[in-house]
Amino acid sequence: MTAHTSAQSGPRQRTDGPAVDVAHVDVTYTVRGADRLTVRDVSFQIGPQESFGLVGESGCGKSTMALAIVRYLARNGRVSKGSITVAGQDVQALGTNALRELRARTVSMVYQEPGRALNPSIRVGRQVAEVFEIAGLGKSEAADRAGESLRTVQINDPGRVLQAYPHQLSGGMLQRVVIAMALARQPALLILDEPTTALDATVEAEILELVSALRQEFHTAVLFISHNLAVIAKMCDRVGVMYAGELVEQGPALQIFEEPRHPYTVGLLRCIPRRGQRKDHGRLDTIPGFLPAPGAVPAGCIFTQRCAIAQERCEREAPPMYPVTADRISRCHYHERAPELPRATPEDVRLPAPDEASAPVISLRGVSKTFTGGKEPVHALTGIDLDLHVGETLGLVGESGSGKTTLARVLLGLSAPDQGSALEMSGSKLAPMAPKRSRDQLRALQIIFQNPDSALNRRHSVRAIISRPLTKLAGLAGKQREASLDELIASVRMQPRQLGLRPSQLSGGLKQRVAIARAFAGNPWVLVCDEPTSALDVSVQAAILNLLAELQGSKRVTYLFISHDLGVVRYLSDRIAVLYLGRLQEYGPAEVVFTGPHHPYTEALLSAVPSLDGTRERIELTGEIPSPAHPPSGCVFHTRCPRRLASGICESTEPPLAEVEPGHFMRCHIPPGELRQLQNVESQ
Amino acid sequence: MSDQESVDAVPTPSAIKTPLEGSPALRDPAAVGFVPQLAGGAAGAIDSSAADIRRETLRLLVRSPAFLIGVGILLWWMVCAIFGKVIAPYNPVAGSLTAFNEPPSAAHWFGTDSLGRDVLSRVIVGARDILIVAPLATLLGTALGTTIGLVQGYFLGPVDSFIGRIVDAVLALPIVVVAFLFVVALGPSTPVLIVVIGLVFGLLIARTVRTAVLQERELDYIAAARLRDESHAHIMFVEILPNVFGPILVEFTVRLGYAIFTVAVLSFLGFGIQPPTPDWGADISNSYQYLGAGYWWEVLFAALAIASLVVSINLIADSVEAVVIQ
Repeated sequence: MTAHTSAQSGPRQRTDGPAVDVAHVDVTYTVRGADRLTVRDVSFQIGPQESFGLVGESGCGKSTMALAIVRYLARNGRVSKGSITVAGQDVQALGTNALRELRARTVSMVYQEPGRALNPSIRVGRQVAEVFEIAGLGKSEAADRAGESLRTVQINDPGRVLQAYPHQLSGGMLQRVVIAMALARQPALLILDEPTTALDATVEAEILELVSALRQEFHTAVLFISHNLAVIAKMCDRVGVMYAGELVEQGPALQIFEEPRHPYTVGLLRCIPRRGQRKDHGRLDTIPGFLPAPGAVPAGCIFTQRCAIAQERCEREAPPMYPVTADRISRCHYHERAPELPRATPEDVRLPAPDEASAPVISLRGVSKTFTGGKEPVHALTGIDLDLHVGETLGLVGESGSGKTTLARVLLGLSAPDQGSALEMSGSKLAPMAPKRSRDQLRALQIIFQNPDSALNRRHSVRAIISRPLTKLAGLAGKQREASLDELIASVRMQPRQLGLRPSQLSGGLKQRVAIARAFAGNPWVLVCDEPTSALDVSVQAAILNLLAELQGSKRVTYLFISHDLGVVRYLSDRIAVLYLGRLQEYGPAEVVFTGPHHPYTEALLSAVPSLDGTRERIELTGEIPSPAHPPSGCVFHTRCPRRLASGICESTEPPLAEVEPGHFMRCHIPPGELRQLQNVESQ
Repeated sequence: MSDQESVDAVPTPSAIKTPLEGSPALRDPAAVGFVPQLAGGAAGAIDSSAADIRRETLRLLVRSPAFLIGVGILLWWMVCAIFGKVIAPYNPVAGSLTAFNEPPSAAHWFGTDSLGRDVLSRVIVGARDILIVAPLATLLGTALGTTIGLVQGYFLGPVDSFIGRIVDAVLALPIVVVAFLFVVALGPSTPVLIVVIGLVFGLLIARTVRTAVLQERELDYIAAARLRDESHAHIMFVEILPNVFGPILVEFTVRLGYAIFTVAVLSFLGFGIQPPTPDWGADISNSYQYLGAGYWWEVLFAALAIASLVVSINLIADSVEAVVIQ
């Protein structure tokens, strides 16, 4: 690959100093004439070939920092104090040409959504070649190099990809292309801003491995921005934790995550579901209070309001950067006490066990869904049999395109299943479409959507949003309705004065609370939760998950919980169902599915998830998820299965969904005993 | 209790974080106002009500010079429309046999026309009918277009196709020609003018509304409404309508400009506001043949009046659009 450093592009500037040196930087945005200090006194260095991670929740200033480094802040933003040096050059002092040169040669950026980083109406090949043309290569040579560069990001058939338009490629493939473009000039610094957040876990794992490999190969320093602590832990040598525009803690990644020394980092880590934690035992902790408004400059420590170990001194005196060890810094007066931060919520709560003995509240038999709108029929769901029991949570997992949301929509009656599908609720048949169902059935079966911005009518007040189902579904009016409204609002821990607000005036977590209150308005038996926390920050997610668990305990409601986040699913679910290409692959009690023996697909999903509990060996899935319009013969998973049998039975015969242990079903030709051996399962 | 004060510090609402995620200074400066204000550990909500948002919108409008100029011109013509008879120096319909085709002078600032009527007085009083017909027609068109657009966009399918083809057919010809045909067929009168222009504009506005509805109907709050057995009418008018109100408002202001133009053209063709009521379009029509003789004032001032009114409405429309579409 050294061929890339050809003469005409010139070797990149190499300095012995750090790739990036950010020294005491303030970033100020001018909003309507008023200055808002958004990033305060941030300092860090990234050494050559080092990988540095910035973590923090949304609004903490991570991306602002990244933009400041390439001097690409919005027009109303500026670096108001301090200096930023990239590869020895003071970014603030560069003229137009030098700045262009810096962005072209020295720093590259990869954003979250590859689909938006590429021009949808220009072929990929042209766009990649352009990068080389800017470097001064001729057209034909640039085209050659484009193909070559795609090979370095492990794209096997560059020819096809170069000829394609962005919409014809998957998200993972596009992100590879974007990374290839970013590395084309062998930058001294590569900035990755949430590069895998929009991708499936399996694809995320591939991209992360690719970035690690390329970093070695290209000797590039990396600034990795993510809200996902596990991803940062996996990718970075050192890490900086940002909170409300300040870098509160900095140091080697492993040390920070194993032994955090700032109360915010401690709290944040406790919000993430880990192995062994369940909704009733070892519950997630939450961070009380709210992020201060951007631009607020407190006299003391920025975290005081939310800190359980804050003293009077913290309100008066802004903490300097205390050295914890030689290479660690914490902005906390009492950093040595941070690990003993008291919990904000109780660790164990009593939750009633699901009632599995009684008749199922929902029962699906042979549910299929075929979309016939396009050129050829697409089999989104095939022969799903599922039971939901009173008070349980059934977790539904699978990659995007596996049919999770389709199953939810069919169950709710928003989309009609194929002929022959049988849906029952407590023994009575459910009509295929919602308008044909009785009011009681509608009331009993509700949903919490993924995105509250879409799920809440933004022109209605919170009061109107929650009152309406009380009127329509619960049949309440007048005083009774008011009483129920107050009760609901209290049960989702909101305040009555927020009833008059519109959704746009609420934060993401509060919006989701409104959506939850609405879903509970009709006293449902079954709630579909379609990725209810994937749009939220981890600390908010923890609070919402605990709220869902509590409401389940008090109202005896059954959840069908859809999520791509296996940690969250494991935390909340009593049983798990794994979908692949619209078919159930595995189905059983949560702990059994997680500890194994698992279906090879489940195994791959589990191994792809970056974890703070140490890494396990990743099972690579080859290729992309096949089109549901042409599902593979035999076992639908055989095209990607790392454990495919040599006998050829996987290609020819679809295995039945067999009960391998009591209550644990699996669709695999490999006997469970053998799977257990292969997967080296230790009973936990 | 457990999560009592926990949670929710996040100003970023969207699931999909933009590359600018986390930076409060988005490219769009107006979006920056959307950040929770924290008043001593408040509830994470912005402490402002819907009324504040309305006030903010108004404030943004008032700050725009284009909007102020537009409103200024419009107000002038509205004063003329209401008090025209009082302001006008002469009787606009009474001619003078001695002073016809007189150029602008101290006595007649805008000159007199071929019948010896004072042009200034006719321009002032001429504002009245056009400012009655055009807004009423636009209002009718907006109401009609909103309803049609909601029905089309919400039901889709055959209903949408059927209405859509009618709209296509009507719009295949220039609007003025279509309106002209209707007015000729029904006979010119003010009510006919209002209904015909309203009808044609309604079809046009329906298209815009339909497009806006298409985006809304895919959102989850519509699914939520279906799941509580709401009627179609409720979903269309209570759930969707408030969310497409912005585009409708913009469409109304834009169409108002076109309506003035259309009324003036129809009057010019003799099928609009009927003589002897002073009207700009009709006056131009009556006088343009004398342009060759050098009597430019008889045409110019009425033409300027039409132009200024249309420009003022467009200035307002542009400002409203800039503020509403955010």
